[in-house]
Parts: sequence; C-alpha cells; structure tokens
Amino acid sequence: MTESPTNLRDASLTKAIMAEIRRITTQAWNIMEICGGQTHAIMQYGLDQLLPPEITLIHGPGCPVCVTSLQAIEQGLQIACQNEVIFTTFGDMLRVPGNQADLFSARSQGADVRVVYSPLDSLKIANANPDKQVVFFAIGFETTAPTIASTILTASKSGIDNFSILPANVLVPPAMHTILSNPANRVQGFLAAGHVCAVMGYHEYLPIAEQYQIPIVVTGFEPVDLAAGILMTVQQLESGQHQVANAYPRFVTREGNQVAQQIISQVFEPVDRQWRGIGTIPLSGLGLRPEYANFNALSRFELSETPLNESPLCIAGKVLSGVAKPLDCPAFGKDCTPTHPLGAPMVSSEGACAAYYRYHRTRE
Amino acid sequence: MTQPEMPILESPNCPLPIADRGQIVLGHGSGGLMTHDLIRDVFQSRLSNLILNSANDAAKITEAPPGKHLVISTDAHIIFPLFFAGGDIGRLAVCGTVNDVAMLGAEPRFLTATFILEEGFAINELEMVIDSFAEACQEAGVELIAADTKVTEKGKSDKLFISTTGFGWADSNLRIGGEQAKPGDAVIISGPVGNHGVAVAEARGNLGFSSQVRSDIAPLNHMVKALLDAGLDVHVLRDPTRGGLATTLVEIARQSGVNIELDEEKIPVDKPVLKTCELLGLDPLYMANEGKLILILPTNQAEDALRIMRSTLYGEQARLIGQVLEPSKGQIWLKTPFGTTRVLEMLAGEMLPRIC
Repeated sequence: MTESPTNLRDASLTKAIMAEIRRITTQAWNIMEICGGQTHAIMQYGLDQLLPPEITLIHGPGCPVCVTSLQAIEQGLQIACQNEVIFTTFGDMLRVPGNQADLFSARSQGADVRVVYSPLDSLKIANANPDKQVVFFAIGFETTAPTIASTILTASKSGIDNFSILPANVLVPPAMHTILSNPANRVQGFLAAGHVCAVMGYHEYLPIAEQYQIPIVVTGFEPVDLAAGILMTVQQLESGQHQVANAYPRFVTREGNQVAQQIISQVFEPVDRQWRGIGTIPLSGLGLRPEYANFNALSRFELSETPLNESPLCIAGKVLSGVAKPLDCPAFGKDCTPTHPLGAPMVSSEGACAAYYRYHRTRE
Repeated sequence: MTQPEMPILESPNCPLPIADRGQIVLGHGSGGLMTHDLIRDVFQSRLSNLILNSANDAAKITEAPPGKHLVISTDAHIIFPLFFAGGDIGRLAVCGTVNDVAMLGAEPRFLTATFILEEGFAINELEMVIDSFAEACQEAGVELIAADTKVTEKGKSDKLFISTTGFGWADSNLRIGGEQAKPGDAVIISGPVGNHGVAVAEARGNLGFSSQVRSDIAPLNHMVKALLDAGLDVHVLRDPTRGGLATTLVEIARQSGVNIELDEEKIPVDKPVLKTCELLGLDPLYMANEGKLILILPTNQAEDALRIMRSTLYGEQARLIGQVLEPSKGQIWLKTPFGTTRVLEMLAGEMLPRIC
C-alpha cells in the first residue's frame, strides 16, 4: 500500500472533489456502486449527503451473502446438522435466514458451526479432526475464489479427504449484463468494485461498456477513492463518453492478478447459478471442474429437497438489482431489522438494507 | 501423641483422587480435605483478610456510615480465552463489578465471588488467575469477604467461570444515573475506545495477525472518587463495555429522553485498534471496553472534569466528545469529518467481520 487509509480519508480533499462534481453536473444521473462494501463506506461517511441532488447512487448486488441462494443456504443447514460434520463459514453467513432457521440457530441446536476468516483455516480444522467431515461454505465473488481454489489444490496435493466445499461463488460481469438488459434498468454508470478488479483486472468490462454504451470506473473504498470514482463517472456522463477507467490504480491493473486468475480457472469453471432474489444468471457462478468434483460437499452428503419459501414482504431482489432502494420496502425497519431480518441484505455487513438501517436513519 | 498409621491402598482403581496432581479433579469439589487444601493453598494464601480468614459460612460487615447508601452490583464473567493481552478473567471479574458499583458514584468496598471450576482445569492457571484477581482487588481497594468454589464434571462448564458481587457506599444525596443527562451537558470519554474488544478477538485467534493491542481492563473507582471529591455535579457515569461506546450512549440517550451529538474526529481511538477494525470491517465505536467511562455533566464543569481525569492513572487521554441536545426519543448523531452526520444505532447482535 502506498498511501495510508488516513490520507484517503482526508476531509478537505474529499470535499474538494465533491465540489468539482457539483460544478460539472448539469443534469440527473444514476450511478450504481456494485460492491456492498462501497455502499457501506458511502453511508458511513455520509458521502451521499455531499453529492449534488442530481446524482443518485443506486446500490448494486455486490454483497456475497445477500445473493447466495436460498437453496444453497438450506443445503448448508442440512449439512451442518449432520453428525460428524464441522461446518465452517465466513461470519456474515450465520445470521442469514433460510426457510425457517439460520446457522446461528443450527449451532444453538448442537450443530458444530464455526466461523473462519479463510478457507485455509477450514483445512487446518480438517487436519486436526480426521474423524470429522469439514465443509467450507464457498461464498463470495471473484475476491474469495483464489483462496478457495488454492485451498482445494492444497487439500488435493496433501491428500486430505475429509475436506469439501459447498460451492456458491458468483461472478460480477454476468450480473452487470442482467442489470443492464432489464427493461426497468435505471443505471447509467458503474463504479466497479476495486477488490474484484484487483484480482480480475478490468479488461472483462470493456465489451460491457461498449455494448451498453455505459461508463465503468474501477473504484476503491475510502472516501477519497469513492469521490474520485464518482467524479470520473460524471465527467464521462456529462461529455457523452463510455470508457472503462481506473480510479484505483494503486491496486488495480488492466490484466489483474494473473496468478490468481490461473488458480481460479484451474479449479473452477463457469456454471449457471441462482442469485437470491434475482434468479438464475447463465454462467454466473464458479463450479468445481470434473477433476476436483470429489471436493464438492453435495456429492458427499445425502440431502433432501426442501421447498423454498421467501418472505412475501421482502423486496431484496429489487434492491439487489438496483430497481428499488431499501427505504422503498414497507417492511424496512418495522418487520425487518438486523435482529429479525427477513432478507439477507438486512444481515450482511455489506448489505444495502443493513447500511441504510445503520447509517441512514433519519433524524427524528 | 503418635499419628495412627495410614492404611496402604494399592488398588489400581483407587477411588480417592490424587491430592497433588496439577489439575482440578472432582474431589476438589467434595467439601472435604481436597477442597480445604485448594482453598487454603490457592485462594486464602492470595486473598487473605480478617473477614475471609474467619472462615465462617457468611461475612459480617459494618452498616453504611450515616448519610451513605449501600450500592450492590453482580456480574458473571465468562470469557474465552481466559488469558489475553492486557488481562485475564481474574482482573476482569474484579474490575467489571467494581466499575459497575462505581458508576453509581459509590466507593466499592467488598466483593463476594463464586468460582466454577471445570474438572481438568490446570491448577497453575487457576493460581495465575487468582494472583491477578488479588492484585486487582488491592488496586481497587476492595476486600473479598465471601467466596465459594464448585467443581463441575469435564464438559459441563468451560475451565473457569467467575461470578462476583460488589458492595459499596454512595453519598445518599447523589443523583447519578443513565436517566440524568440534561440538554446542554457535555459528554466525556475517559480514553481511547475499542482496545478490549480487539485484544480478545486477537486472543481468540480471530485476526490472523498480531495487532499489538492490549485490553484496557482497569478499576475506575479512583477516577470516580476524584471527580466526586472535587464536588462536580455528575449526571451520568457509565462504562461502555459490551456493545461499545455507541450502544452505551444509545442506552443513555433513550433513558434520559435526549438526543446526543458526537464529534467523530474527537473520539480517541488508538491507531492499531483503528487499523485492525478497518481491515476486518469492524467499528471501534461498537467494540467492548473494560477500563473506560462515559461522563456526562454540565458543560461549564467539563474543563475541570477533564483536568481531574487526566491526572488519574486511567484517564490521561480523556476527551470531550460531544454534547447533549434537546429532549427527544433519544438518538445519537455522529458528525463526521466530512461535515455529514449519521445516526448511531445499538449493535444488533454479534459483530461479524466482512467477507471481502
């Protein structure tokens, strides 16, 4: 890292960039920040309050636990509740509601559910518990995929046969296609997620910008980064351009981290995947290649089909595809709160509804 | 007089626990010889005082002096792991309860404690805990006057649980409480926030790196006494433990029916705490503290209060962080350095780190 986060939180620099945005804005523009981490940063610093009223930020689907399908969560719950299983997951996943239960309640019923910070920790647990099956819930975007892939390579090389994953990783570009081809789409510019681009580069976005005539700006997570990303997007919108630009060059190159990409494609291949609230998006998920299929937990456990019931009140799908904002939901803050979430976006530290609940309550 | 000869038992299934082994066994909870030895060797040798030494079933204490009220607080301490940078469950069990008593403006005087021991718990670890328990009692100026130990079978508890009850005297005229914040009051924090939460997360192996952060566990009763001795008109005292500064202030705002405005730039957070929280997507305002207090009092006394706090051991970095606004339902508004504001809510449940 070349600059400390503290400098990137410089209030006067952020305000100066915001003033420039106000100066050049002549009409209304809708810009989507794809990543939920960016949504939270925008809310936490109140950056939306500094934008001119013409600029609307639309919150994107970039929240890993929010888009993990109900089916995958139900499968995870069934696996976690089996004897001799240690079910490992990123912490955010614990509170996401399935049909009736979440992983927290499974744990309170005696399931061995453990929070890990990396799939490599799951592999350590597998090593230390040879008599147990250790399953890792593989969720996330292109950011978590390289570590998960390299964990599988390590397990494969060292012959650890009591480790497997429940595959649920998803990819950003197919989701952008889905959003842009929706007739109700309002998005006119994208802030691409800096962390995802650090892995994948941004060359994948060039055909999207061209096809939909839309500017895409790779953007970081600190206030100065976000202000700069918005400014570069508005500059393009105001001048009628549709380029892919990079406002996060200290971490992101055009080609990205090619070692990481190579590891991902060695272990995974694109498959159709269900996105919660959005539906199936073709080739939007990462499935295990045939040579690593034995690491798929779904082939190791007998699971029963469960009917999938979403709360009829929850509008998570609309929120995740940028068609509605959390405050448009009649259940927001009433039937649906972080303590009693109806949908995943109210749970996750990257969910748009949780961000609104935490940072955007109005003064009363 | 000669000692009767002891029978020699050579059975491989000897039912008597071996007295000198290095861990807690069920026999330590029998109430018999082993219990007495454990209490004498581990507890009384470290926590000796006149009342405890009388070894009766209950403690007799003097009644509150004239013009004083008895203040009582009780708390059970369960923490994993037992030892972490900057403290352990022994120091926590004393300071947690001492601080709760002090937050009503009382001078803590006595503690009682129950120690729940799990079969198999290492006695040398117990000794370390009791050493630090005793040290914290001495620092806070409280005496342990009654105590109990129980032993559970292995797996029925987790190494060591400690429940403590604290007793102290408070001036009967004091009106200190979470419901006493008044519009125009100043809000002061006694030092940087979030250290305990980060230190414990690290000890749990949750960080995957060393943050160099130490828990802030400390008895705050001497700081409270200094403030009250100076005759300050203290409205609210509260230690922002679980849920952190934000959650505790929301509680106070609701109890008092006022809004509170905080200045984010003025809230002290140590750099390593800030960096760790940034990395994991956690918020220091919601991380636990065990040696900090929130003081709310009239703004014209804030300077005096800060001067007094900064002259005490645990208050050197005390800061004025906000003010109490108009009567309302009770919201906390945080002014960011960007000139924007946001509302702080209570922490919903466990704080969980983000994924990417």
